[in-house]
Amino acid sequence: MAGPLYIADPADCVRAVPLEGLTALYHRPSGTTHILAPPAPQILEVLAGSPADADEVAERLARRFDLASEDAGAAIAARLSELEAAGLVRRG
Amino acid sequence: MRHRFELQVGPVAFRVGSAWAGPVAALRRLYAGYPAPAGACDFTVRLEPERPWRRWLRPSVAIRGDYMLPDAAPLALAHGLLAAEMGMNLQMALGQRRFLLLHGATVERGGRALLLTGHSGSGKSTLAALLGERGWRLMGDEFALVDLADGCFHPFPRVVSLKNQALALFDDVAGERLGPVLRGTPKGTIRHLRPRSEAIARMDEPAAPRLILFPRFGRDLAAEARPVGAAEVFVRLTQASTNYVTLGEVGFAALAALVAGTPASAIDYASTEEAVGLVEALWAA
Amino acid sequence: MGGVSDSRALVRLLRDPAAAREVEDWTSLLAIARAESLAGTLAIRLRGVAVAPPVERLLDEARQAAERQRTEALWEAEMARRALAPLGVPVILLKGTAYAAAGLPPAEGRSIGDLDILVPRDSLPRVEAALLAAGWEWVKEDPYDDLYYRRWMHELPPLIHRERDRMIDVHHTVLPLTARPRPDAGALVADSVALESGLRILAPADMIVHAAAHLFADGDLAGGLRNLWDIDRLLRRFGEAPDFWPALRERARHHGLEAAVSRAVRLACRLYATPAPGGWRGRKGADAAFEARLLARDGWGRERRPLLRLAFYVRSHWLRMPPPMLARHLWTKARR
Repeated sequence: MAGPLYIADPADCVRAVPLEGLTALYHRPSGTTHILAPPAPQILEVLAGSPADADEVAERLARRFDLASEDAGAAIAARLSELEAAGLVRRG
Repeated sequence: MRHRFELQVGPVAFRVGSAWAGPVAALRRLYAGYPAPAGACDFTVRLEPERPWRRWLRPSVAIRGDYMLPDAAPLALAHGLLAAEMGMNLQMALGQRRFLLLHGATVERGGRALLLTGHSGSGKSTLAALLGERGWRLMGDEFALVDLADGCFHPFPRVVSLKNQALALFDDVAGERLGPVLRGTPKGTIRHLRPRSEAIARMDEPAAPRLILFPRFGRDLAAEARPVGAAEVFVRLTQASTNYVTLGEVGFAALAALVAGTPASAIDYASTEEAVGLVEALWAA
Repeated sequence: MGGVSDSRALVRLLRDPAAAREVEDWTSLLAIARAESLAGTLAIRLRGVAVAPPVERLLDEARQAAERQRTEALWEAEMARRALAPLGVPVILLKGTAYAAAGLPPAEGRSIGDLDILVPRDSLPRVEAALLAAGWEWVKEDPYDDLYYRRWMHELPPLIHRERDRMIDVHHTVLPLTARPRPDAGALVADSVALESGLRILAPADMIVHAAAHLFADGDLAGGLRNLWDIDRLLRRFGEAPDFWPALRERARHHGLEAAVSRAVRLACRLYATPAPGGWRGRKGADAAFEARLLARDGWGRERRPLLRLAFYVRSHWLRMPPPMLARHLWTKARR
């Protein structure tokens, strides 16, 4: 599944604060706050500075956070399009 | 403008101009004992006729100033005092950038502050005013001013706006601290209450937050308290803030620090006495 | 500079920040600056000038507010860029967002409202569809307004983003089709300049022409001091190029806006001491009335001189619409 390539802003564009399992994320370029549930913050982390498609993101998550599951690619693709609508990732 | 009044409340200075004498005379009487601003005023409020001839003919007071809402409805001249109060609130809500502004009431005891915040009708304003008569220092009934550097609350002890049934709770307060009873306003019957003189004398004294409460009033509610988790507190306080979005990252940092460092509970109550009991119990815990 | 009785005190301070020493009534000055949307601009001009602590705090807040508006405006432009990038049409930023994106001098401290973009007229349907697909929605539901916009105005009816709550105005030229001057929209697009992001801005002379058209034709001169300040700052920057002034004259003539541009330059020279060549300066015709209109605000931030304002209001509609159409428009508006 070679979907679109996604780009996230560099890590210094966001400021994250943990809130009981959720993450309050301040996004500097837009000046907006987002409350994110896993795996969205982790997706941003593995995407920062190195664009990837949904499958590649799933692999990186599995490697870094041990977040592997059946059908991870489709779930990750859905999260990516939510993050795109929020302006936190964009297509390359 | 023909009539003017300048007022310092905590860290904020207002200039109120009015086309009529009445509202300014009422402000002077109610705010007796407050200091005059030392320098430039933060905000200008204008009470003026909606159209030039409305100064005499069925006078109606348009609320204008540095910051305005295009569709703000004018008030009757008899409610000019309320118009001035609303005008000052509007400047704060739309123009304040020096503090994170949370819509809520704050009181202090032993150097630490309690924030009461919730929807209008939750009774937070009445509750704070009552606590202010019972050994707490009333810091403000409309806005909590959170310092962007150290997170302390700054006092903003304007007059309290008592509404409807709450008026009866303050019958034994000295008459000079009470404004006229304003009937038939858009918010019902209103009467303003000047905080006790200690609250005014200490208006330059901030306090660090110690507890956040989300009160909810309902005749059928059983009196109870439940803790509220950090994520919910964060979201509810962003909704209670009038300038969170405009402050950007400094607002985010101040709010995150407040949420991380301050326990929070929701309290339900059916009578003010129950509410006072819950507040005292949670404060002592 | 003791009492503050009209906007002249603000204008003088913008021109000469050192005059801050003489200001006594800062409350009035700030009320005027806020009313003219020039508080941030003033605060940037006064950076480093010694003023009393309460004033310095207020100026500092104004600077932060402007910085915040800059962030929001640039982000909105970026979101529009993302939504429109697949179409491959040139997207030209106008007014405040353009100045901010290009780092031009008027952007310093400037308040920025809606996002204004210019696109080629034949791309409008595709642009509209792409924006609707990316979360923008129509603001107005009224069929007369909608028809009026589409038929006669120089822009689509305004759109607002349903999550970000920000408006976008999509223009296909810079003056209404009802207006008598008809700027050459094709030339505006053809000569536009690309920024690094892929978004574009107008060429220097066109930017002045648009700012002048906006100052006089787009309304009743309300907020005119700010728009004139934009022109002053742009002229100071662009005017350094040796061939700029003749090119500006030529371009203004080409768009049928020579009178507007000349008057804007004259007013900028008079109020803000813009360094323009001799042939551009002076005072002509109704300049004095325009100047009085621009300065008509008292120390409480109120607009003064209602009759003069009314004259300018009627004039602004006159400029935009031929008389029979004006009558029809005012009639339809009045009946609501």
